[in-house]
Amino acid sequence: MNAVLHLAAVSRIHGEGATEVHALRSVTFRAHPGELVAVMGPSGSGKSTLLTLAGGLDAPTSGSVWIEGTDLASLDNAGRARIRRTSVGYVFQDFNLIPALTAAENVALPRELDGEKARIARRLALTALEEVGIADLADRFPDEMSGGQQQRVAIARAIVGERRLILADEPTGALDTDTGEEILRLLRTRCDAGAAGVMVTHEARHAAWADRVVFLRDGVVVDETGSDEPEALLADEASR
Amino acid sequence: MSIRQAMLAILEQGPMYGYQLRAEFEQRTGETWPLNIGQVYTTLTRLERDGLVEVVGHGGADETDQADTSSDRQVSYRATEAGRSEVSEWFATPVPRSQPPRDELAIKLAIAVTLPGVDVGTIIQRQRSATMASLQDYTRLKRTGRAATPTEPADLAWSLVLDALVFDAEAEVRWLDHCEARLRRAAADATEVRRQAPAATTAEEAAR
Repeated sequence: MNAVLHLAAVSRIHGEGATEVHALRSVTFRAHPGELVAVMGPSGSGKSTLLTLAGGLDAPTSGSVWIEGTDLASLDNAGRARIRRTSVGYVFQDFNLIPALTAAENVALPRELDGEKARIARRLALTALEEVGIADLADRFPDEMSGGQQQRVAIARAIVGERRLILADEPTGALDTDTGEEILRLLRTRCDAGAAGVMVTHEARHAAWADRVVFLRDGVVVDETGSDEPEALLADEASR
Repeated sequence: MSIRQAMLAILEQGPMYGYQLRAEFEQRTGETWPLNIGQVYTTLTRLERDGLVEVVGHGGADETDQADTSSDRQVSYRATEAGRSEVSEWFATPVPRSQPPRDELAIKLAIAVTLPGVDVGTIIQRQRSATMASLQDYTRLKRTGRAATPTEPADLAWSLVLDALVFDAEAEVRWLDHCEARLRRAAADATEVRRQAPAATTAEEAAR
């Protein structure tokens, strides 16, 4: 199966000489359609750098980043911006909604920036909001919504227009346990429907929603758990 | 032992065969703590000896498991008055934490950090991956199995047991992260101390 996201031997060095920091050291990483991958590691392990490179917001010092078969280095700035709007959706810990826009306008924005007519962009936005269960809040402003509702809007914005790569940076970080689980359920559902998801988290309980968990230490992938079937102990229950 | 009290508590609902009793137990707990049928009957025999259950004779319950047809296993049991008060006592008394259950992982790490030539970092990483994989399994069961949308009390019970397993595994991963961070810090401090050997006491002060 072709990976939606492929990082090939990617390194990223910040600074030079005595002050240089190796944020990532020759990391190879793939996310396939239908797969949710969690990236875990302490701060400074390189997990945020990985996500930034995956979204084309930063370029690697060496190695290459491929999104849906396109090498990001082969694109100019406009090309990368287009990929970010059409293929990649971001979800941030602090939601990053535009306060002056309603939920529907926030979600429609990337489509409008991509040249979609306002009416069509709004219709796509409403569909996305419905998918995350808050169609009724379409005309509310961010400060009129709870944290969980705002994060749903952010997810709707990340998936609007059938984008197939969702990058989430501590998406549950600012939410209570139950609300956090609802957000994970949404990401999970989206990946089950065919998107590839990459989620950075430091919470094991949240990472456990992923098919694969990748552990980063000092810019290196030190281990990962597979997506094997439940152990024999629990296999009967799973098949019931 | 909790299996004994759990069986007794389930028997309060009405008379049951051993096979039914086991099914009722596993309905609530999944196959997390599998009971073999021999263990069930041994426990019933002891409960009977202690006057906590009594035999109510043959028939009455709809036993469908034909695996064992010997007559002594077709007997059903019910809780006696003494059995009922033991159950109330069990529910009224907190589970003691004064005697922590033996924790193989804590023991393993405690020994490992004191031995030269043991790669504690690798032990921690392997354990974390293994525990994480279990956590993924429990989470998968939680979101897809009968625990995902519990409609019956027994399904809710199973979902709560899964939550217990999830929190347990999560705590273990957090503890492993914590161990790793502390060992790294200790190693860094030790290097620092060696570097400033003449001023060792000062470095130790600084590390505090």
